[in-house]
Amino acid sequence: MSVLKTFGKYRNLLVELVKKDIKLKYRNSYLGVLWTMLEPLLTMVVLTLVFSKLLGRGTKDFPVYILTGRLLYSFFSNGTKAALKSVRSNASMIKKVYVPKYMYPFASVLSGYVIFLISLIVLAAVAVARGVYPTIQLLWIVIPLLQILLLTAGVGLILSTMAVFFRDVEYLWGVALMLLMYASAIFYQVSDVVSEKNAWIFKLNPLYAVIVNFRNAVFGAPPDFRAMGYAFGFGAVSLLIGIFAFYKKQDKFILYL
Amino acid sequence: MEEKTIVSVDNLGVKFHLSEQKVDNLKEYVIRILKRQMRYKEFWALREVSFDIKKGERVAILGLNGAGKSTLLKVIAGVLKATEGTVAKSGILVPLLELGAGFDPQYTGAENIYLYGAMLGYSKAFLKEKYDEIVAFSELGEFIHVPVKNYSSGMRARLGFSIATMVEPDILILDEVLSVGDVKFRKKSEKRIKEMFAKGITVLFVSHNLKQVRSLCNRAIWLEKGHVVEDGPVEEVADKFEAASAK
Repeated sequence: MSVLKTFGKYRNLLVELVKKDIKLKYRNSYLGVLWTMLEPLLTMVVLTLVFSKLLGRGTKDFPVYILTGRLLYSFFSNGTKAALKSVRSNASMIKKVYVPKYMYPFASVLSGYVIFLISLIVLAAVAVARGVYPTIQLLWIVIPLLQILLLTAGVGLILSTMAVFFRDVEYLWGVALMLLMYASAIFYQVSDVVSEKNAWIFKLNPLYAVIVNFRNAVFGAPPDFRAMGYAFGFGAVSLLIGIFAFYKKQDKFILYL
Repeated sequence: MEEKTIVSVDNLGVKFHLSEQKVDNLKEYVIRILKRQMRYKEFWALREVSFDIKKGERVAILGLNGAGKSTLLKVIAGVLKATEGTVAKSGILVPLLELGAGFDPQYTGAENIYLYGAMLGYSKAFLKEKYDEIVAFSELGEFIHVPVKNYSSGMRARLGFSIATMVEPDILILDEVLSVGDVKFRKKSEKRIKEMFAKGITVLFVSHNLKQVRSLCNRAIWLEKGHVVEDGPVEEVADKFEAASAK
């Protein structure tokens, strides 16, 4: 059976898995889906307090600056972590019923993406409250929004394959994510922390490249095409590697689960 | 009367690597590679297995524990990949391997109908249409809106059976599942399976209950250590198998 035909047959499963992730995440919480917006809002408040009041930095639109970075980073972090675990946590199903296995990592990334898109409402509200109004440049926001999905899916697929064979990938990735967070300039400006010649750390970080253009779109600055190209290239290559690795190894999964 | 072949197993072999100690972390793996200590024991769960099943045949797979019965069913169901040889099949296949294994414990019965149904490849519209019928057959009543984690194993199996048999499959794989639920439900499920038999579906059946095997099947394949020992009419093979196991 061709790949497309199989996908067509199991399309409904992808929808069901995404729905399940979202529904169960908020099932026993009082505020339910509202948490998708409250959580980033509260983190933003904490970070703003710490960095602008205590450290005496920050302008009126500093919360918007934090929120843009923070939202993209937490989608990437949660999405890759969920994808990493997805094959193993669905082990009992994989052993019993045949379904295309890539459904599991893709469903975890997609459900995170839906939650991320909902939380953008908070960003819009905070931006307006802080005097950051949309300009024509906002149209460019579509590009980073797609790039972050591409990047998360690609990296998630690679990690999900590795995690089947090596349990410690999960812990290593936790450390890597922390490193990525500091290299993403979420709560400071690059120029605040490093000199021009050390800025390569940020330039190499594909996540930062996405964040830069996301911020440019929100703050009405023209896009940084170098970062855009880099993020796209990195995302595409990681997705290709992810698909290749997953495809090569998926028949062995069942032996290691 | 020559019926068409619906499952064709050709020279099937499944090999497992049994590493002496399970290596599942990166550190251990790297150390062993460096010390050249990655030794595997090879183990063939199935080897040189070939047979054809024609439409409407009801085949029992006999064998002691570890003979490779479940491995064979898993390969036919598509869950496990063959190391060598091929398995060709046509039509809709429904595996009743372990009822309710695909359920999410936090989801209610009703939600699981859609989830498990999707896993078996059914569309949303189809499941909506069949929903009432599934609930009625499972006899769960108002418990259908309770999370599955609170179900008894019988209730879970009933729901799993009801969802899986809602379509008419061409091939049905049964692995020791006809002992589901209480007496009443068992009768009902046996009736449904017999109805399917009457319509000429193909069945692969694993059971240690030889009485059940004789009454349900018309052909038997006897496996031992991954090889086919006997393949023929159920009475003949079951007699030989019984005689051999009694020793």
